[in-house]
Amino acid sequence: MNWFIYEFPKWLKKNLFNTPVNSVVSLFIISLGLKASMYILDWTFLSAVFTGDASTCRESTGFCYPFIKEKFPFIIYGFYPRELIWRPTLAMILLLSSFFYVKEPKRWNKYSLWILSSGFFLFFFLMRGGLFLEVVTNDKWGGLPLTLMLSSIGIIFSYPFGIMLALARRGNLKILKTLSITYIEMIRGVPLISILFMSSVMFPLFLPEGITIDKLLRAQVAIILFVSAYMAEVIRGGLESIDKGQYEASNSLGLSYFQTMRFIIIPQAIRVVIPPTVNTAIGMFKDTSLVLIIALFDLLNTTKSSLKDSDWLGFSVEAYVFVAIIYYVFCYAMSKYANRLEEEFGIKSR
Amino acid sequence: MSENIIEMNKINKWYDDFHVLKDVDLNVKKGEKIVICGPSGSGKSTMIRCINRLEEFQQGSLMVDGININNNIKNIEAVRKDVGMVFQHFNLFPHLTILENLTLAPTRVKRVPKEEAELMAMEYLDLVRIGDQAHKFPGQLSGGQKQRVAIARSLCMRPKVLLFDEPTSALDPEMVKEVLDVMVKLAKEGITMLCVTHEMGFAREVADRVLFMDEGRIVEENNPNDFFDNPKNERTKNFLSQIIH
Ligand SMILES: Nc1ncnc2c1ncn2[C@@H]1O[C@H](COP(=O)(O)OP(=O)(O)O)[C@@H](O)[C@H]1O
Ligand SMILES: [Mg+2]
Repeated sequence: MNWFIYEFPKWLKKNLFNTPVNSVVSLFIISLGLKASMYILDWTFLSAVFTGDASTCRESTGFCYPFIKEKFPFIIYGFYPRELIWRPTLAMILLLSSFFYVKEPKRWNKYSLWILSSGFFLFFFLMRGGLFLEVVTNDKWGGLPLTLMLSSIGIIFSYPFGIMLALARRGNLKILKTLSITYIEMIRGVPLISILFMSSVMFPLFLPEGITIDKLLRAQVAIILFVSAYMAEVIRGGLESIDKGQYEASNSLGLSYFQTMRFIIIPQAIRVVIPPTVNTAIGMFKDTSLVLIIALFDLLNTTKSSLKDSDWLGFSVEAYVFVAIIYYVFCYAMSKYANRLEEEFGIKSR
Repeated sequence: MSENIIEMNKINKWYDDFHVLKDVDLNVKKGEKIVICGPSGSGKSTMIRCINRLEEFQQGSLMVDGININNNIKNIEAVRKDVGMVFQHFNLFPHLTILENLTLAPTRVKRVPKEEAELMAMEYLDLVRIGDQAHKFPGQLSGGQKQRVAIARSLCMRPKVLLFDEPTSALDPEMVKEVLDVMVKLAKEGITMLCVTHEMGFAREVADRVLFMDEGRIVEENNPNDFFDNPKNERTKNFLSQIIH
């Protein structure tokens, strides 16, 4: 309380009203901020509709919670059988828990790979079924589990591929170098949409008759191939930042090329590039929404489809705000995690 | 007559059309301590880096402990196990603790069990008087401490030859002594040493021979006292007058 009376006015004066121009700018921004908060408060709370149906909502100018309540299962789970929804729910919880466990650097050892693999194994088992669980084929998968699956597998696989491409690009072997450069530049030269499109429309034409490869798998592979090229460039940046003395010290101790890379160069390189790596990961998390053009029902596509219900026409703002919040939560978590990693490694190697 | 552990025979090396090493001949006996000095750019680093094949050369031959150094990767790896190197800028691995810096090569290259490697590492850390820092990271040490760790790191491979490339020139003056003390101690234990340095006190105390290099050639070699007190070559005299002032 004392602080509020004595220190707060001083702080205000020092930081917001120290010159006439700053005072005007501060007042302007404060009033804008107040206005925006009033509007949001009114929209999400005061004029919002909490119970009722579409017609109640249409009479009001506020947020329509009944729409979200009605469409929640479809947006989150797509066409997954309603009565089996506990399975994708549990699948996501297990998968996210495995991420949560593995994310601590102090737990990075050979067991973390097992934990991660078990997370994915349980995820797919619950999603698909088999044994004592009813089988749900993957054309019924959709919504958040699909988005989580596409993006996390995309990130996890593109990372080692990216490292290999980056090593090839910087290595001494002419053939590998040329292949890697060609690959990276080709992939970066086309938008993800066209790669997805090719994987879904053109690729099957090249397969012998009678052989089909699952559409979801094709999309997943396309995403991995696409992101690998970007990861490769990010990691190459890290490799290039490592001092030549590190190679020399490692070589002079008798470590081989692969040992030098594995124990000395790559661990340092990937720490240097944590921020751009997470940038790429966040980008790809959002880019998975492009699978809607090959008719996969990821989180954004289920949201879009939920708007087509003739009983609930006209609530696109609600739908998009809702899904935006979900995307935001995941992206924010990734970016927070990256900051923490950076701090932790920064302290260690300073 | 003791055998030669290093035999350099008419080594020539070029960077494009720049002739860095010109007909360099050098035989080093087991246990010998050699100090190499000479003006900057004269090829001192290049020469000693040929010995563990951090640099390749185009002509001549080089045998280290009976192994012929050529393009054969097996030979190169074999030689590197026997030849340790200490660099001007330490080149510690910043993402590993001091202890991990020391145990990495023994455990990965020689497959020494981890516990054994750690015991040995602690022994060498004590030898360079830095045992209490084992669990810190390189970034938390002073320059002199880092260089002592670097020396201990190469000792952990139990090398037959130790190469030093200006180990004290990146150090603040007050830290030079602690590193030289360690080097003198090692020298007295009988390891073969080749050391590029301009520390005359060190050279007089431990060197069996001092070499002077200029423009890619070894132009003078002698025992330390005669070398410093009675240089014969004009260029050596010139150089010594510059470093003594
Ligand atoms: N990678 C390189 N490419 C071209 N020239 C080099 C390279 N490394 C060293 N040199 C040149 O070779 C000469 C000898 O270098 P160096 O052995 O480092 O000398 P010193 O250690 O005696 O100071 C110098 O003139 C240097 O400029
Ligand atoms: Mg040099």
